[in-house]
Amino acid sequence: MSLRKFISNKTIAALAVILTAFASTSAFAQAAGAAAETVAKPVDMGPVYKTVIFYTMAFLLLCLFVAIIGKALKVYELTREAQDKPKGINWNTVNGTLFALFLIVGLYGVYWEYTVHGKMILPEAASEHGAKIDQMFNITLIITTIVFIATHIILFAFAYFYKNTGKRKAYYYPHNNALERIWTIVPALVLTVLVLMGFLTWRSIFYKIEDPNNKPLSIEITSSQFSWAIRYPGADGIVGVKNYKLINGVNQLGIDFKDKNTLDDQMADEMVIPVNKPVRLILTSKDVLHSFYMPHFRIQLNTVPGMTSYFEFTPTITTEEMKAKTNDPKFAYLFLCAKICGEGHYKMQKEVRVVSQAEYEAWVKKQGTYLTDDLRKEFGLPVTAAPAPAAAKPADSVAKDTSAVKTNQLALKK
Amino acid sequence: MSTISLHDTHNHDSHDDHGHHKETFLTKYVFSQDHKMIAKQFLITGIIMAVIAMGLSILFRLQLAWPDTNFPILETFLGTWAEGGRIKPDFYLALVTIHGTIMVFFVLTAGLSGTFSNLLIPLQIGARDMASPFLNMLSYWFFFGACVIMMSSFFIQTGPASAGWTVYPPLSALPTAIKGSALGMTLWLISMIMFVASSLMGGINYVSTVLNMRTKGMDLWKMPLTIWAFFLTAILGILSFPVLVAGVVLLIFDRSFGTSFYLSDIVMGTQVLPNEGGSPILWQHLFWFLGHPEVYIVIMPALGISSEVISVNSRKPIFGYHAMIYSLIGITVLSFIVWGHHMFVTGMNPLLGGVFMITTLIIAVPSAVKTFNYLATLWRGNIKFTPAMLFAIGLVSFFISGGLTGIFLGNASLDINLHDTYFVVAHFHLVMGSAAIFGMLAGVYHWYPKMFGRMMSSKLGYLHFWLTFISAYLVFFPLHFLGLDGVPRRYYAFTEFEFMQKWLTVNVFVTWAAIIGALAQVAFLWNFFYNIFRGKKAPQNPWESNTLEWTTPVEHLHGNWPGEIPTVYRWPYDYSKPGSEADFIPQTVPFSQTMSSNMPHDFEGNTESERIQREWEAKNVPATEKLD
Repeated sequence: MSLRKFISNKTIAALAVILTAFASTSAFAQAAGAAAETVAKPVDMGPVYKTVIFYTMAFLLLCLFVAIIGKALKVYELTREAQDKPKGINWNTVNGTLFALFLIVGLYGVYWEYTVHGKMILPEAASEHGAKIDQMFNITLIITTIVFIATHIILFAFAYFYKNTGKRKAYYYPHNNALERIWTIVPALVLTVLVLMGFLTWRSIFYKIEDPNNKPLSIEITSSQFSWAIRYPGADGIVGVKNYKLINGVNQLGIDFKDKNTLDDQMADEMVIPVNKPVRLILTSKDVLHSFYMPHFRIQLNTVPGMTSYFEFTPTITTEEMKAKTNDPKFAYLFLCAKICGEGHYKMQKEVRVVSQAEYEAWVKKQGTYLTDDLRKEFGLPVTAAPAPAAAKPADSVAKDTSAVKTNQLALKK
Repeated sequence: MSTISLHDTHNHDSHDDHGHHKETFLTKYVFSQDHKMIAKQFLITGIIMAVIAMGLSILFRLQLAWPDTNFPILETFLGTWAEGGRIKPDFYLALVTIHGTIMVFFVLTAGLSGTFSNLLIPLQIGARDMASPFLNMLSYWFFFGACVIMMSSFFIQTGPASAGWTVYPPLSALPTAIKGSALGMTLWLISMIMFVASSLMGGINYVSTVLNMRTKGMDLWKMPLTIWAFFLTAILGILSFPVLVAGVVLLIFDRSFGTSFYLSDIVMGTQVLPNEGGSPILWQHLFWFLGHPEVYIVIMPALGISSEVISVNSRKPIFGYHAMIYSLIGITVLSFIVWGHHMFVTGMNPLLGGVFMITTLIIAVPSAVKTFNYLATLWRGNIKFTPAMLFAIGLVSFFISGGLTGIFLGNASLDINLHDTYFVVAHFHLVMGSAAIFGMLAGVYHWYPKMFGRMMSSKLGYLHFWLTFISAYLVFFPLHFLGLDGVPRRYYAFTEFEFMQKWLTVNVFVTWAAIIGALAQVAFLWNFFYNIFRGKKAPQNPWESNTLEWTTPVEHLHGNWPGEIPTVYRWPYDYSKPGSEADFIPQTVPFSQTMSSNMPHDFEGNTESERIQREWEAKNVPATEKLD
């Protein structure tokens, strides 16, 4: 096949592509125009289009500038060639030097990032297991940073020192089994250490041995689009049963008030927890997947419809202490949603306060129960009855959890 | 096999005599069955999709940087999705979703594997074409269909799928949960099924071609690393993609026929749904059983390409050829048993978390071996910085930077606090996003002369590389720290949280870096499309490379080689071999022509050859430099 035919076919193909592209753009513009018309908002578009045109022109100008430089370089090289002088610009040297430069500036950039942005990250963990996670994180960070810096120095230094100069021949070095063994075994050993430590930390987080003298406070969290509901167990220390089929406008969580454990369950607008006391989170979801994420405490677990998961932790730093530590009088703990859950995903949050035991007890007394008169009617309970058998048992006495409607899962084994 | 080779010889031997079967525009450029043309189709479609996906990312970066600013121009183009010039939250999620889907599947899977497996497998193993050219053509057209359907979801009332590229149900199953889960999600699922069909047809073709159609002398241990990478990638795809189809079909059932595979105990508002007994976790298992091998499907071809490019341009054999292959095999096998590390915090049994943590961190070992081998290849090389080489070095850098953060995320305990934060975003954009796209660009710059018979401008290539390399780091490096501050990904705006305010300026910086990076691609697009027509004509072997593709004529012809397919005598990495005049010895040069540079292990224990070599050396050694 002749070259000419080849080119002409390509030209036709290109024309076709351009035509389609043009046609579709104009169609699209029309559609968009129609859409804009229906909206019909009185926005003064003049200055806006001017700025868009301005930026487009600026970019085109930049392209022109690049093209001119390109042409100038070409002319320069051609004249050198015509005069039989050595090549004007040795691009190998340029690129090799740029790599060396990139290394130096890059290393400074990494240092800057570690020291400036590195200071803006989460403060120290406010929970027992969080401290272990932080320790694990720091060890991993040190090891990876060493490897990161070392390999990059090697990479860019090799690029700089072994660039082609036309004077050398490369060193024929196809393999070296001893070296291969070293850089298989060393990473393997380092990773084994990390895996072991990670595994032990992981076990210590999810397999807790309960201290009978310090039983955890159960708190149920229910996620829905796009809010969190918090349920405290009330005086009996048990978060009562719920059933999603009972959910309606009045009974938003579907609490089954036939279970007497539910009668004293309290609702709360924020999560208030006593310091140094274990908390057992019971995580459920009403509609789609969400993720319960409490970054300061190094806690995250998805909330899954149809499945209950558990996370147990012990807060160690009160909000007040953390305000002092971070030197931020506005500091507040919080939890938020970390799993894409819909258009309001970016708003789901609740405040968390870690307080002393006394403050907690004072606070929890003030929280209202879920059971209202409307619900009493619905469940056939005496409307005039005194509010729940209060203070029947100390809040600590029971750790058994009956909140789960379903137990088709296990997230936490004791 | 026998039919294939019969057909092959026949097709070939009579090639020059019977001229051509008549080629029309339609059979040559559209419904082509020629692997080189199909490769170009995949590449150009991939580039178009990449430009679209990059544009989407700029849109959502604008929103993140200036959440309180109006851009009326957006309303002009996006209509009601950007009323008043502000992108709406649900459209923001659609942008994120489609950006991820296009990049992962259409650009880095089809655009990368599709292009280079198609182009290089027959050319580098010495075959006339793929095992089944027709299947190959179908593979492209299914891919094209998948692209069209995916893009069509931008033109429907409820908008594209917007449950994230992992489309976790129940969000993706319930149109009441998010608008994108209406028709847009259906289109997403159909598109994905077509895409998987395309990948499977491609994969089966690649595997059978590599296994059955290698030229004489091309045993498995003489194949270039590119071919090994494509081969293992295809196997990964064949074994894992069908699982995604299974998951997708079940999701279609849940969405359209009222089944409860993934749904249970759901109340939308106050409306109690009838579904019972399913589990959203099941989807995640099925999805990630593909999803994790998928990231290796993305990165392995890039690693294969960079092995080849680094070796050629360092003028050195790749260091540890066998170790490179074994580590690829290791990655292939291990990648099937690590998917659970995406699910540490789903509430699945913590015991599983521990197991997946172990397998995940083991996979770092072969990855480390590959990195060290790249570094050793550069050592004492004679490096020529072609644009392809620059991109290959960039790939190594990204692979290190992104790979190391994988050690954090693979550790279940650390993942608790990093899961679904910007740390993850930074991690995978470096290790599979940037690294894989750099591998792809390295491949484009390196094999452009083979594809189009013309050269790209290397100076524009340098400009393209440096702008992209720097801006990619500027975009993704700071994002790690957002993650360490507990900022979750896929947030429409940082305005609702007090503690995120301090990152707003960083977001502005990152967005500008992203815009510069995006504009830098104009240099590439110009370079690519302009030189198809106007580029300098390519010489036979522009990079002085050893592999077989450079023995084919510059001018493409059906069947690749005009005469007999060349026989292969040696491995593809004899660069700068001592005793040889030239610094490269193509695979087609027999050892009898390179007596002065032969080494004992070249003969693989063939005593007759060793004897001949010894006799020759006894006569000639003093005259050569062999003694040095």
